[in-house]
This record gives sequence, C-alpha cells and structure tokens, in this order.
Amino acid sequence: MAYSDKVLDHYDNPRNVGKLDADDSSVGTGMVGAPACGDVMRLQIKVGEDGIIEDAKFKTYGCGAAIASSSLLTEWVKGKSIDDAELIKNTAIAEELALPPVKIHCSVLAEDAIKAAVRDYREKSSSQA
Amino acid sequence: MQLPVYLDYSATTPVDPRVAEKMCACLTAEGNFGNPASRSHLFGWKAEEAVELARRQVADLLNADPREIVWTSGATESDNLAIKGAAHFYQKKGKHIITSRIEHKAVLDCCRQLEREGFEITYLDPDSNGLTTPEMVAAAIREDTILVSIMHANNEIGVINDIAAIAEITRDKKIVFHVDAAQSAGKITIDMAAMKVDLLSLSAHKMYGPKGMGALYVRRKPRVRLEAQMHGGGHERGMRSGTLATHQIVGMGEAAQICKEQMASDNTHALALRDRFLNGVSDMEEVHVNGDLKQRLPGNLNISFAYVEGESLIMSLKDLAISSGSACTSASLEPSYVLRALGLNDEMAHSSLRFSFGRFSTAEEVDYAVEQVHHAVDKLRELSPLWDMYQEGIDLDSIEWAAH
Repeated sequence: MAYSDKVLDHYDNPRNVGKLDADDSSVGTGMVGAPACGDVMRLQIKVGEDGIIEDAKFKTYGCGAAIASSSLLTEWVKGKSIDDAELIKNTAIAEELALPPVKIHCSVLAEDAIKAAVRDYREKSSSQA
Repeated sequence: MQLPVYLDYSATTPVDPRVAEKMCACLTAEGNFGNPASRSHLFGWKAEEAVELARRQVADLLNADPREIVWTSGATESDNLAIKGAAHFYQKKGKHIITSRIEHKAVLDCCRQLEREGFEITYLDPDSNGLTTPEMVAAAIREDTILVSIMHANNEIGVINDIAAIAEITRDKKIVFHVDAAQSAGKITIDMAAMKVDLLSLSAHKMYGPKGMGALYVRRKPRVRLEAQMHGGGHERGMRSGTLATHQIVGMGEAAQICKEQMASDNTHALALRDRFLNGVSDMEEVHVNGDLKQRLPGNLNISFAYVEGESLIMSLKDLAISSGSACTSASLEPSYVLRALGLNDEMAHSSLRFSFGRFSTAEEVDYAVEQVHHAVDKLRELSPLWDMYQEGIDLDSIEWAAH
C-alpha cells in the first residue's frame, strides 16, 4: 500500500487523539463504521454558544487511511461553525491526503462522522431548549 | 541485525547458500548446462544424472521411490496436475470431490474450475482449531466420490492434519487422496511408505530451495493415474511435458537433502524462537493464538491482537516483514477466509498477524520483534475506540453497528 507522506505523517503523529465527555450538552459525538468492516471512527466536537467548534477529538480503529482521515478532519473542523463543518466533503479529504482509490471509503467514513457528531450535538441542544 | 527483520518463512524462504552453490554449477558453459533429455552426448547424460540424483534426494525426504516424483514448476502446478488430472481421469467412476474450506487457493480454485465442468465439490468446515478430522472426511464420502484433497499443514495457521488417518479411510473406499504438503515438507516427517496418501504436492521455495520449482508425488502401488495438464515432449512419463530445468531441480534436491539431515535441529531452533516470541507477547491483554498450538508446524504463529486493525498494525511494524491474516489491503476488505472458517468474528480476523520463523532467524531478531509489537499495539490501542469500550466493559456485540 503506497500512502502519501501526508497520510504517513498523520498516522505517525495523529492530531487530537482523545475523548470528550459525551454527556456534556456542548459535546456532539459521532461514531460510524463497524468492527466487522475493519473501520470504526469516533469523532467528538465541543461547540461554543456561538456555534463555533472549540475542540475536536477522535479515536479510530482502522487502516492507516482511516486514522489519517479522522486526524485531518479534527484539524479542519476546529474553529469552524457547525454549519460549515457539516459541509466538508469526503472528496476534499481524499484529495488532501491523496488517498488511493481503494481507500476512498475512509474519507466517506470521516464525512459521515462529522455529520453524525453535528447531528448529535443538535439533537442534544434542541431537547434542552 | 539487519532491518527489516524477516519473519515470513511461511511465505517463502531464502535459498540456502549450499543450495545456491549447487544450482550455480548448472548454468554456464563450464557447468552442467545440458538438456537432460539429450540422449546423444555427454552434456545430456551429465544433466540427466544430476536430475536423477535430485529425484532420489526428494524421494528420500518422503521415504518414497524416485520413480514416484514428477517435477513441476511449484506446488500450484502440482495441485493443478493432481486435482484436475485425477478428476479428469476418474470422472467415469463419479464426479464428487471432497476438500476443506481452508485449503490453499491453488486447491480451491481447481475445485471451482471442476465445478464449472460439472463436478460436485463438498467443502468441509474445519473445527475451531483449524483441523479437518478423519471423521469429517468419512461422513462426507458418497458412492460417487473419486477424490479427496486435504492439506497437510495450513499456510496461515500452521495446523497439521492427521493425513495418515484420513488416508486409511480413502484407501479403504478406493478413493484417490491428494495432500498439499507445500508448508509441511522438509519441516515434519512425511513417510509415504507408511501412509496411504496417493498424491502429494511439494514446493521447493518453502524449504530453502528456489522459487519456480516443485514436485508431485504420484503413487505407483497401487498405481494412480492422471490426465496430463501440460502436453508436449512427453517428459516425466507423459505426466508433465517441458524441458527439465536442471539448476532448479538440482536446487530442490539439495534443499530436500539438507532438510532431511537437519530436520531435528531446524525444528528445535524454530520452536524455541516461536516460544520465545509467544512468551514475549503473553503479558499483553487480549492476545489470542489462532489455530491449535500443539498440532502445529514449529515455526508458525498466527495471533490476533484484539481491538487493533491488521493493516495499521503492519504499518506500525514496518521494520518487521510479516503478513496480515486479513487481506484488507485489497479492495474487497475481506478478512482471511481461513480465520473466518475457524469461527473467528470479523474484528478478530481483521486483527490477526502471521509470524513465521525459520532456519536463519535469530533470538535477537525475535526480541526486537517482541519490542516492536508491544510498542505498536500499545499505540494503536490508545487510538482505538473499541479498546476504550472494552476497558469500560461494553460488550461490542451489544452495539448495532452501521455496516458500510
């Protein structure tokens, strides 16, 4: 598997690895994928009152491309509004990391993960209001 | 110590320097380069003599008659010749064949081809240790069964089937029994005089000989007939035409002789290194050996490191030459069919690695590998949401995953 230097960099030095308190109302959690498929991503965002993502953490079980895709995503969403974060496309991730064709699904999973995290955050805040 | 460390002896072995030396003497004008089929001059006679010496060396490894050895290009060709050759020859007697689900692809794909030609195949499920038992074979035999093909040792998990006992059953029923012994030959004793196996495939490059070289044992008494798959000059008693590759054959012969002479010391060495490795990783949590540990080739270990994924583990272990039990580097994302057949769930199959040790492996290399494995697994578990959940006591099977 020939990975780009960017994938290898994220794989060797993953950014924002960790966990946020899923019960905190300002935290949105997205967990996507399945162990059987060889990929599980958990992406968490902490959202400020102004709707801006203050912090993001991830943990990923999966191949190098899956780890790199989620690591990159946490870098991208920090400082973005949740509306903008939702618009991140898998193709942008795949392009940035120069993913080989068989690994495109990893970027799709990352896109699903941020969408799921934002959805979780919205559901929590609407049930509170 | 040279990096990366080679721990993939089940995939292939380096050629033993003693073997390489013998091979090199059969190539150039000064050497033994003649065509073994040339009957009219000394060059041919000398080459034929070298080929027949090698045939005896391979036969000796199996305690067989040299006339029972047919040279091929490798175990894949031997499997093709044995399975398709026997099926085609005996198809008037019946069209049912028995094999197992965890055979090498060379066997399984031959069976698939025969299915397309109208044969019926029974694929036996091994037990959870990876073994295919004589009872399983006996239960699958029908009136029209003409051929049974069961491997001696499995290439992924190294478990060893009791082929001697299976052969008693097949001989009793007058069914041809083929054994793929690519992994076991040269490593454990194979006595064709004592066992009622009819056809046995061998590979040179798994026993410190050259790639592109193999042999098929074809029993003479009782005689087993095959339909040739390669037609031409009628070499190898018509069973496999093509000019004999003297240097390759000489290499396989020498490799077989060395394996026979040092089988005991080779095994002690491989077993000691395997146990050293296993001890080194046994202090880690959730580490599982796949396949029977007792009835197993001495140099093979197949281990699942739960909650880490195989491909990323291999990426972290870039200074170790090992192989992933999961084939998820391909587009299919399918974990190993062998481990699945053992009943492993997908995530365990995705988390497995094969380490195989051999003649030139050292304790220093094994210690280095242990250290690297600890480091990589710790790092990836730190990254793994599944490991988090396991630590929190969450049952992963209780979660509804969105398969993709």
